Amino acid sequence: MQPEDLNRLAAEHRQYLAGFAHHILVCAGLGCPDNDAIVAALRRTVAERQLATRVLVRKGGCMGLCALGPIVLILPGEITYQTVTPADAGDIVASLGKAPVQRLLLPPDLPFFTRQHKNVLTLSGRIDPESIDDYLAAGGYEALRTALTTMRPADVIRQIQESGLRGRGGAGYPTGLKWATVAKATGDKKYLICNGDEGDPGAFMDRSILESTPHAVLEGMIIAAYAVGARLGYIYVRAEYPLAVQRLKLAIRQAERKNLLGHAIIGSNVDLDLQIRLGAGAFVCGEETALIESVEGKRGLPRPRPPYPAEKGLWGCPTLINNVETYANVPPIIARGPEWFAALGTDRSKGTKVFALTGKIRHTGLIEVPMGTSLREIVFDIGGGIPDGHAFKAIQTGGPSGGCIPAAHLDTPVSYESLNELGSIMGSGGMIVIDETTSMIDIVKYFMEFCMEESCGKCIPCRAGTAQILGLLTKFQQRQATAADLAGLETLCDLVKHTSLCGLGQSAPNPVLSTLRYFRQEYLDRIVPPTPTGEAQP
Amino acid sequence: MPASAPAPPSTDNSRWQIVDRAMQRHDYRPDALIETLHAVQDAFGYLDVATLTTIAAKLRTPPAKVFGVATFYNHFHLEPKGDHTLAVCTGTACHLKGNDRMLAWLRDRYHLAPGETAPDNRLSLVEVRCVGACALAPVIVTDSILIGRKSFAEATAIIGEWLGDAT
Repeated sequence: MQPEDLNRLAAEHRQYLAGFAHHILVCAGLGCPDNDAIVAALRRTVAERQLATRVLVRKGGCMGLCALGPIVLILPGEITYQTVTPADAGDIVASLGKAPVQRLLLPPDLPFFTRQHKNVLTLSGRIDPESIDDYLAAGGYEALRTALTTMRPADVIRQIQESGLRGRGGAGYPTGLKWATVAKATGDKKYLICNGDEGDPGAFMDRSILESTPHAVLEGMIIAAYAVGARLGYIYVRAEYPLAVQRLKLAIRQAERKNLLGHAIIGSNVDLDLQIRLGAGAFVCGEETALIESVEGKRGLPRPRPPYPAEKGLWGCPTLINNVETYANVPPIIARGPEWFAALGTDRSKGTKVFALTGKIRHTGLIEVPMGTSLREIVFDIGGGIPDGHAFKAIQTGGPSGGCIPAAHLDTPVSYESLNELGSIMGSGGMIVIDETTSMIDIVKYFMEFCMEESCGKCIPCRAGTAQILGLLTKFQQRQATAADLAGLETLCDLVKHTSLCGLGQSAPNPVLSTLRYFRQEYLDRIVPPTPTGEAQP
Repeated sequence: MPASAPAPPSTDNSRWQIVDRAMQRHDYRPDALIETLHAVQDAFGYLDVATLTTIAAKLRTPPAKVFGVATFYNHFHLEPKGDHTLAVCTGTACHLKGNDRMLAWLRDRYHLAPGETAPDNRLSLVEVRCVGACALAPVIVTDSILIGRKSFAEATAIIGEWLGDAT
């Protein structure tokens, strides 16, 4: 297959799609259960009413507003329906070309939709995730064609560097710099890895991207492989995401058949094989060196860094490892130019970021906003605020390794730097809203228990420290703590943070430290008053 | 092990074919260990000691390493599962929305703690750390059906009905 064949395929499929007067897209993500039945009911209705030549019913990817799912999108017209059931098929089909079904209609001016700025999620929900033709027709793989036919690897890397893209997995390392390091590294063999081990509870950005636009991730990976000179790549996905794995497998097969993977990709001299590796339920494997150990078939124990994977990664070879969302950002940067991307976001955090909005918030779901959007806008405008008349208490970003940010800082614009300053982290993009009914000690203890259980045990500060911190938190929870325990907790957190081997241990104290900073009174309230002898006795 | 547990799986040839194919796909390289263990669990439902020993030999890997890997990852289990498996998500969103109450109810109602299988082999209870459907919290998974956004009363009724003991 040659580049012009891709154009032809895309044009043919566009023409096919244009032949239908109406398109019905049903969210077929994990967050919209029963979507199969809705698709079947709609198709049956369309067939019964002999509209099959005019109306096309397809599965779509995630449309974000999981709280009101299953969501159905009608094009043209941008009509979005909420909480659809198979029984609604008749009304929906009957309304095509007429007034929308009022009882299902989502207001078109809902801030959830209007306040977002989609880049990675642009095609999510608008194409069939299981159709490579849909992706091609929507302009997919054009960035790859541009890169392979008009750019040298160094040009690709320069564009990524100029865009200012930073790693979306959490650490925020400049992506272009990482690519340049791997490209420069010497060695015959180089590897490419996609980190899809989204282990943070409360995060589902990568799942949704893999389920909705798997080809976008593949395209980003192929461009990356070309840029750094890798010929074999692994996509490491959690086994807990069966639908993402299934769609990814299908996408790889489709790409192989169209010569977008394999030998001499679309007539170039680039070869790339991609394989899937299933995770097996270990949070620590989200850490890049632990993930590499796991790909090698071992226990996921992190390696000391340096050397970094860019120099010595998989099998000791230079390895480029990026997160799912990072790769998905690559095709639009190549297609639209680095200036376009760099114009979005803040001074040092460029582009857009996908966030998973969950917890005590009305519009739970998946959103994408430019970096620099305020937490208040995310929680109250896009997220619709707190349900059941409760008050906002904190927003937890960055998963079990992140911090809890109180209401006083809701106007903070979200960026890697601003969240760090607040004692939290960007993390991969999980945002969990906590309302006044939740005790911070309880939630922090929950996170610490998670980190303790997920500690791989390789280094002592993390293995023993998380257990000891949990012990102290338990004393606070049971109102048996002393002033000495509070001091001990702070010392211990500082120790674990600064002496652990990998990110898991280094960030495990974050929830404790951030709540000690913003919700200290909750700790103080649980300290047992000293006895008359002057000693605190639990 | 419950009385109704299946015979040791190591002797089941058709299932071994699935596992052998997985190893073959990776040329019996030692690094195929995790992929192989996934295949074993898919084929046999769990990892038993005899099977792990055989895998170690076939992949020319020390048994200690095979056992190390099998016990390191939460997804792998070394005991057979019951006829049905109920997974309770204990991710943050599900925790905030009350799945700890669900676990307490299961302990009272079915005398099961996470990781345990009922003596009659009917039900296994597992705890999963986030299935990524946080917007549907609280989430439970009955065999492979995901059930979300149900009140506690609705969810417990669904479980009862699913197990055929609605009372």
